[in-house]
Amino acid sequence: MKIPVFRVGLIATASFLPLSLIALIVFLAIYSWPAIHFNQFHFLWTNDWNLGNLYGNPVTVHGVQIMPGAKYGIWFLVVGTIVSSALAMVMAMPVAIGAAYFLSEGVRKSWAGPLSLFVDLLAAIPSVVYGLWGYALLVPLFGQTIFPFLANTFSFIPFLNGDPGSGYGLLTSAFVLAVMIIPLISATLRESIRMTEPELKEAGLSLGLNRLEVFWHITLPKLKTVLIGVGILALGRALGETMAVLMVSGNALNYLPNNIYAPISTMAAFIASQLDSALQDPTNMAVEALSEIALVLLLITVAVNIAARLLLWMARVR
Amino acid sequence: MAVRAIERSVSVRASTKGFKVSLSRRVMTAFAWMFVLFSFLFVAAMFISIIGDVLIHAWPALTPKLLTDITNGIGGGLKNAIEGTMVMSVGALLLAAPIGIASGIYLSEHGHGGAGKMLRFLSDVLVGIPSIVLGYVGYITMVIYLGWQFSVAAGIITLTVMLLPYIARSTELAMANIPLAVREAGYGLGAGEGRVVLRILLPGAAPAIMTGLFYAVALSMGETAPLLYTAGWSNYMWNGHFTKEPIGYLTYVIWTFINEPFAESHMLAFAAAFLITAGVLILILIGRWLLVRGQRRMGAYR
Repeated sequence: MKIPVFRVGLIATASFLPLSLIALIVFLAIYSWPAIHFNQFHFLWTNDWNLGNLYGNPVTVHGVQIMPGAKYGIWFLVVGTIVSSALAMVMAMPVAIGAAYFLSEGVRKSWAGPLSLFVDLLAAIPSVVYGLWGYALLVPLFGQTIFPFLANTFSFIPFLNGDPGSGYGLLTSAFVLAVMIIPLISATLRESIRMTEPELKEAGLSLGLNRLEVFWHITLPKLKTVLIGVGILALGRALGETMAVLMVSGNALNYLPNNIYAPISTMAAFIASQLDSALQDPTNMAVEALSEIALVLLLITVAVNIAARLLLWMARVR
Repeated sequence: MAVRAIERSVSVRASTKGFKVSLSRRVMTAFAWMFVLFSFLFVAAMFISIIGDVLIHAWPALTPKLLTDITNGIGGGLKNAIEGTMVMSVGALLLAAPIGIASGIYLSEHGHGGAGKMLRFLSDVLVGIPSIVLGYVGYITMVIYLGWQFSVAAGIITLTVMLLPYIARSTELAMANIPLAVREAGYGLGAGEGRVVLRILLPGAAPAIMTGLFYAVALSMGETAPLLYTAGWSNYMWNGHFTKEPIGYLTYVIWTFINEPFAESHMLAFAAAFLITAGVLILILIGRWLLVRGQRRMGAYR
């Protein structure tokens, strides 16, 4: 029998993709195993990240060597990651829908092309440049003008009142994340709006609805699955965003935000900022605990992405 | 067209025969229009604000010194960082393009069974992995376990893993747009699978694949998180070694130099941001232009 060399070659190279995903999970799990063993599950919901006394002699607890007093708990990261991403979603979703509608049906076709370049190029700007923009423009602007104003005006609403802070924090991070994910949601949604059957829109128009009512009552409900799928996909991106958040979040440690101006930190930003100090730990437990955070983040984003892809797959987008 | 025509006739009838639209509906529609317009203007304003902010701050620093000097502790030029960004983007592209294109071909030609669906699904999931996680895995495997230390090779391989799914998916889309009849014509002339793919399908899909590659390079140029713990940082030019030799790159300059207390460092950070943003946007625009030109010249399969 003749071996189909070309096809075997294709299969061999194509298997790099799933293998690399599995390798990622396996390597992280193996490397962080001592940390998982030491931290148990309360790692996730205790609020105590402490490398211990780095000048002491290592002690053995539960069969692993750690520095005296070392504790690893990341509840503040879990809260910071989830709250900032959720807040970003709340801000991004309506604007993304509006922009998608504007570019797909709101303007004439010949203008839509050049104008949608704004959205597409916004998606291409590197995240560290978003971070720089947030650091240089948004943080001073928010910290000196907008946050004090908001805190004064909405002093009767919980979480919006209190100390307006310095500009670094939850709301700034969420705002930058929102600007990052608006183009992602908007681009896919724009294509889906264009793909919607014209008959449906015509039926709506013939009932006397205007174009916006057709969009709101007919097109948007039809695209519900797409919208949720794309939204979850964007949420995955926001959860894993590193550089932009790192530069505007205030990098709080062991601190739970008490209002939306308070400094936070997220898992991704924490991994990026803490490796240098974790390397000071001679028992290597701090590096392994960071790797456990990476594993948690990886599993969260894999779960989020699987959910989004299943939804989009059911909605037959692409 | 049909929508517009019906709408026009509806609106004409509504106005001529006094078709009554309640006030609340009219107010709601007006508000909705304002919101829609606002959301687009918001997006456009954010884009202009980012570009403008970077450009204004970077303008005084854009001197020839950037291209001729290497960075020192607080300032200097960006020669080493520019070189490093190019080395790593090109390196990652050279590794990722063959594998990614082959995977894309597999997905589009044989990806309809269970294995293909699984592969497509996993590559979509791989796209969603945070880049810092990729960087950390690169750190524990290549930098520590293999003992390469902060090195060019570790950075390139980490970027490659990040780019693979993008290239595979864009290649698949490009190939899937070619109609079945083209393949049948090839097989009907007695060509084998390899010949059909390499001589007929790939040239037809080339503009779209190239666009995907340009996007991939743009993406790898703008990444910071996966390189922090794999490529390290170096103030000097690359000496040609792939392992045990850290390398500088532009995005690192942005996020470390902005934290320095010196005005010169800040200017350098903005200059790096300007260079990287300009590079990324130009690559993306070239990619789009290639696609349009290729389709105009050769005709798109539709």
